[in-house]
Amino acid sequence: MREKAIDVAIIGSGPAGMAAAISAKQAGAEDVLLIDREIEEGGILNQCIHNGFGTQIFRKDLTGPEYVHFFAEKVMASNVKVWNDTMVLELTPEREIYAISPERGMVKIKARSVVLAMGCRERPRGAINIPGDRPSGVYTAGTVQRLINIEGYMPGERFVILGSGDIGMIMARRVTLEGGRVERVVEILPYLSGLRRNYSQCIVDYNIPLQLSHTVVRINGRKHLESVTIAKVDEKRKPIAGTEETIPADTLILSVGLIPENELSKQAGVLIDPLTGGPYVDESMQTNIPGIFAAGNVVHVYDLVDWVSKAGELAGRSAGKYAVKHKEESRRKIRLLPGKNVHHIVPQFFDPLSLEEGEQKIQFRVTKPFETTVKVSMIGNNNKKVKERILRYARPSEMIEINIPQSIIGSLSRVKTLSIDVEEVKNA
Amino acid sequence: MSLAYYKEENKDMQKNEYDVIIIGAGVEGCMIARELSRYKLRILLIEKNDDVATGTTKANTGIVHAGYNAAVGSNKASMNVRGNALFDTIASELNVPFERIGDYVVALTDEDIPKIEALLDKGKKNGVPGIEILSKEEMLRREPNLNPNLKLALYAPTGGMVDPIGLSIAAAENAIDNGVEIKLLTEVKNLLKKGKRIVGVETNRGNFYGKWIINSAGLYSDVIMKWAGIESDFKITPRKGEYFIFDPSYKPIHSILFPTPTPTTKGILVTITTYGNIGIGPNDEETEDKEDKSTTYPGLKEVMDGGKRLVPSLNMKYIIKEFAGLRARGNAGLMHDRYSSMIPRDFIMEVPDDVVEGFVNLAGIESPGLAASPGIAEWVVNALKEHGLKMEKKKDFNPIRTPIPSFASLSREEQARLIEKDPRFGRIVCRCENVTEGEIVRAIHAPLPALSYDALKRRLHIGMGRCQGGFDTPRTIEILSRELGIPPVKVTKNGDDSFFLKRETKSVEAKK
Repeated sequence: MREKAIDVAIIGSGPAGMAAAISAKQAGAEDVLLIDREIEEGGILNQCIHNGFGTQIFRKDLTGPEYVHFFAEKVMASNVKVWNDTMVLELTPEREIYAISPERGMVKIKARSVVLAMGCRERPRGAINIPGDRPSGVYTAGTVQRLINIEGYMPGERFVILGSGDIGMIMARRVTLEGGRVERVVEILPYLSGLRRNYSQCIVDYNIPLQLSHTVVRINGRKHLESVTIAKVDEKRKPIAGTEETIPADTLILSVGLIPENELSKQAGVLIDPLTGGPYVDESMQTNIPGIFAAGNVVHVYDLVDWVSKAGELAGRSAGKYAVKHKEESRRKIRLLPGKNVHHIVPQFFDPLSLEEGEQKIQFRVTKPFETTVKVSMIGNNNKKVKERILRYARPSEMIEINIPQSIIGSLSRVKTLSIDVEEVKNA
Repeated sequence: MSLAYYKEENKDMQKNEYDVIIIGAGVEGCMIARELSRYKLRILLIEKNDDVATGTTKANTGIVHAGYNAAVGSNKASMNVRGNALFDTIASELNVPFERIGDYVVALTDEDIPKIEALLDKGKKNGVPGIEILSKEEMLRREPNLNPNLKLALYAPTGGMVDPIGLSIAAAENAIDNGVEIKLLTEVKNLLKKGKRIVGVETNRGNFYGKWIINSAGLYSDVIMKWAGIESDFKITPRKGEYFIFDPSYKPIHSILFPTPTPTTKGILVTITTYGNIGIGPNDEETEDKEDKSTTYPGLKEVMDGGKRLVPSLNMKYIIKEFAGLRARGNAGLMHDRYSSMIPRDFIMEVPDDVVEGFVNLAGIESPGLAASPGIAEWVVNALKEHGLKMEKKKDFNPIRTPIPSFASLSREEQARLIEKDPRFGRIVCRCENVTEGEIVRAIHAPLPALSYDALKRRLHIGMGRCQGGFDTPRTIEILSRELGIPPVKVTKNGDDSFFLKRETKSVEAKK
């Protein structure tokens, strides 16, 4: 398994992650790695081809992909490493990340600080317990958005949408533009759950019928969705018998809420606030685990992407500073000492963490000539031998260079000095 | 192999002759096929759906019952106890997770106590090993979240959990490895007869001829019996059972917990599935429709209330899924005809050669059919032997089935090696269950191919986590389309017209 040490690892390259990467760099972190499971940066914004993004920060009205493009260019210009098509399987409290990709295989990443920027996911049908059949044609709004905007396919022609959240309303307009017909948008609450502007731009402008205080009470269709039964609900949101109406439809879109995606956070021991569904954070966006920060919809669900970027910026800056400080503190130099028959060594000091970048070379001269086989040993102050090499001869007139391989990094954890001895091999 | 399902069926008559034809690839059909594949026989397993285990097997709770419930002397009792005993070997050969976590029947009222004592007595007579009564204190020590008002409990250590779908798939795969042919999407329309003898089956894919026809058609076993010419009022009345499944992170209990049974059902139980989710259900509603697997508000409420009776603290917030399944409830022993002398609602297991030859009849196989399935398969082999089918053991029978490596359950080192060998294991398609593209591709091209989204779900548990397929669905449609060589609009959830996509978007159309 490959290992890699870095300053700041950012999990998720949506708006929070991209902003965090840029500001971590600005805060002085050298090695910043942005990890995302998709093949390009941007997260869910890539499928949000509608406008309305960036009005707060840029005073511009951008589409999702345009917003991504703006940040992605900055990410590139800041020399942030980006690993796409890469999935994080595990995060430990020690900030070790196990990530996989077809290209690099499994890599164990040791990060000085981590920013959690995994965003949120949609509540599925099961979470709201709609009775009835289990046919195809029932999707969450985000799934339909991906099918239409990324994959280029319409899942059906006649739609019912449950939930008046922003994605639900935006999808009502989107499927209408694609030639689909929205039979009804139903909302269980007595008021709209999304933004006013989406109501006027997506529902009113397209003459889409919306019913408040209504919900879906039954899904009908053995193999494919055939119809949806809706009913009026009382103040306790319970369906009122006798108010049922069955609407023929081939697609039901669920827009019934978003949940911060914190499975990795929980693995690492990050404590979650039951009220937000996201981690408890301090003013720097640090979680209860030192060095693990969080930003964006993973902390709580925002309505505007601008705020997500701002949160990412703060978390990235904090994570960058943390990494720099941690790096200075942890920079431990091992003294290289000339041992038996060795005159001097260069370099005299050696940072064991440099091995994470690759093998290191050291040079030395012996005190006297050896014309027979000699053994070069590197021995730690704990009396453990970390490397041995055989040479056919050794002469003071010829400088000797040997390498310190990456593989010994583990055995150097508590070593303060390393001495190099050169001895004749008897009976060779 | 998988592509063949989308092409014209081979009409070659000679190829259509078999020694044994099994109708229905539920857990019974698959286990029978696997058991018969030990012998030098041409065997065909026919299934009307696009995968095995899609009928009554699909919505089974997964409990390998110990055997104290069935009436003394019944087929249910003997097959259950025998089948249960065979499970360790079968599960290990087929590489299917199976654990004897033990099952408990809890008495919640004083009236329940004599019923528990009666179960103990029945269990002893049926030969259930290690069965005993536990005190309230001991029961609460083992399961502290149980209703504290409980009186006592029956404990059966041999009760276990298995994934009924996984078991059926594994048995079918092993049977195929040992030479059994399986035809999916093939529906039997009638039986072919020559005088008193059944000589084959008529299907939507042509006729198939066999020396012996085995009826393991589950919910439709009564229809097959009629076609066979058995005069009887026997009838399968589907009994619907609804279930809830909870998020695997929520674990208030660790074993199989039944309430005290009623005369017709074992009641709404609370259990932990093989995959670590808590499940509650089933209720018991009669329905006339053999395809009605819908859930209802009253049904789900009944399940919820039933679950809370046993475990009052059950938190419904953690529910991730609800579904319903149908039991194949028969009425054997309840009418005045050839089955009138049977124990009420017992399994019908017979070679009815007084009326029809070449026919093995298995009907009314409801609970404990899963636990009984290895016993029933063994019974079928013996019945065929006794009735003169020449059965010679194969020397090269391979009892071991090697599953597709489950990426999520491997160690980090093993995962790293797997990706090195096949980089497609380095791409996660289902992020909740960590299912990789490598597993999906292998399942699509397996000897028993996964042809639809639900078929992948049954094999790999894709889409069964927190997001319930929200993330993986578009990606999985793409892989199914690519690997099956069909356009994305032809990819289905579970066969027939359960398509995901209707048409390309206007912008895509415009580009063409």
